[in-house]
Amino acid sequence: MNLDSMLPTLGEWLKGTGPEGDVVVSTRIRLARNLADHPFTNRSSNHEKAEVEAKLRDCVTQLDLPHKLRYVEMGDLSALDRQFLVERQLISRELANVLEGPRGAAFDDRESVSLMVNEEDQLRLQVMRSGLALDAAWDEIDFIDDMIESKLTYAFHEQFGYLTACPTNVGTGMRASVMLHLPALGMTKQIEKAFKALQKINLVVRGLYGEGSRASGDFYQISNQVTLGKSEAAALTDIREVIHEIMRYERMARTALVRESRQGMQDRVARAIGTLQSATMMTSEETMDLLSSVRLGLHLKLMEEVPLETVNELFLHSQPAHLQKLMGEILDGEARNAARARYLRSRLRDSAGQN
Amino acid sequence: MKCQFCQQKATIHLTDIVNKKKHEVHLCDECAREHELIPDDKQEVNVPAMLHFLVAQSRDEKRKQSIDGEACPACGQKYAQFRAQGRLGCPAEYEVFRSALEPLLERIHRHLRHVGKVPRRYRQGLQERERAELRTLLDAAVREERYEEAVALRDRIRAAETAG
Repeated sequence: MNLDSMLPTLGEWLKGTGPEGDVVVSTRIRLARNLADHPFTNRSSNHEKAEVEAKLRDCVTQLDLPHKLRYVEMGDLSALDRQFLVERQLISRELANVLEGPRGAAFDDRESVSLMVNEEDQLRLQVMRSGLALDAAWDEIDFIDDMIESKLTYAFHEQFGYLTACPTNVGTGMRASVMLHLPALGMTKQIEKAFKALQKINLVVRGLYGEGSRASGDFYQISNQVTLGKSEAAALTDIREVIHEIMRYERMARTALVRESRQGMQDRVARAIGTLQSATMMTSEETMDLLSSVRLGLHLKLMEEVPLETVNELFLHSQPAHLQKLMGEILDGEARNAARARYLRSRLRDSAGQN
Repeated sequence: MKCQFCQQKATIHLTDIVNKKKHEVHLCDECAREHELIPDDKQEVNVPAMLHFLVAQSRDEKRKQSIDGEACPACGQKYAQFRAQGRLGCPAEYEVFRSALEPLLERIHRHLRHVGKVPRRYRQGLQERERAELRTLLDAAVREERYEEAVALRDRIRAAETAG
């Protein structure tokens, strides 16, 4: 299985073209589903997992969707390829590295739809969209879910709804996440205050790569926590309201920063781009932080020599697996940091030269 | 009130509320010392020991109905395994371990009943069951000459039929 053809392209969700794109990077909705009359993945033998996988693989690859899904079996992929898919947010870390036995994922060429098989739940459906697009994402995932449900019987309980391996997902099985870029709130130290309101209404904040990850590059994910006793529509409304509130805070903070210290901001952005264009060693963390400043600079029109799409692409390409694929070799530690710096230099000097 | 261990006057009263159920323990000074709830030399109360004692007491009460050792007949997973790993073994466990899961679900979600999407297949079955139930109620109402109720039930059945 060769995934290298995906390397030069960006998933649509990362293009930065969606609604409210200055603050909202992407919207993701996932549904957790299991088949009736089968044990959950954690309690399944390899034989049972293979049976479930075959059923689900046949079902999802035959779905009559405008964008066909391609199925990849995890066992056919190298660790690097699996990590590559994690970085593209098409599969979870668990599916890539933690879980065992027959398991896989199906996704379309836009990388908007992805279905994981034999994750914690037997089926994890995911739809991604650029910008704030909760309704569009819900409509698509609801449609796909209906199509699958017309062919297979889900584990469903009259009182508890869709049954999941972990009781935290039971009910709707829906987790909607919105990824935000909040550099100005970070800079003005207002981020804690902005998030305090979230805890009261049962929404969760996480870093870029999900649970337990640090919010590097000022990226934050906000998602619903309650799945039992609240309808999908109500949960989406809760999130939407909070997102609008946070967007307002972030935009106010951005306006204030430019008004109060335009020169200081310009300097910060210029230094970020300067470092990216000339450093010879670069960690993934530092890259995220610098690119975050550049992204902010572009949205505040403090600079224009780099296209937004290039910046979005570099967020992805500077991740370890992408970098190693681009370089065509396995690199670790210092060699990887040197390669990252080399790659960033060449990309940013090229694009600056074009303008 | 008497000490529940020795019939002397109880001077220590502990109350604990777990899952909306109240557990009380009443002891005399002597028995409290024996259970190391009050240290001999200091006047301070030993809070951790007290909590431990309470938990042990309520566990004793529940021992008969404790489901830790119970296994799911469908997949064989014991409740204790779920407690250790946080993942259920199969869909049937929501029913098998319902009594233990409900307090947990209430803590996580603050609700105990699903609201939202229902699989189409399931919805159809549910509607038929509902209609059958209404028809039974209607028959009973007619038999017992409760006509106002019967009319209301008939209307509900008609509405359900046009909706379904």
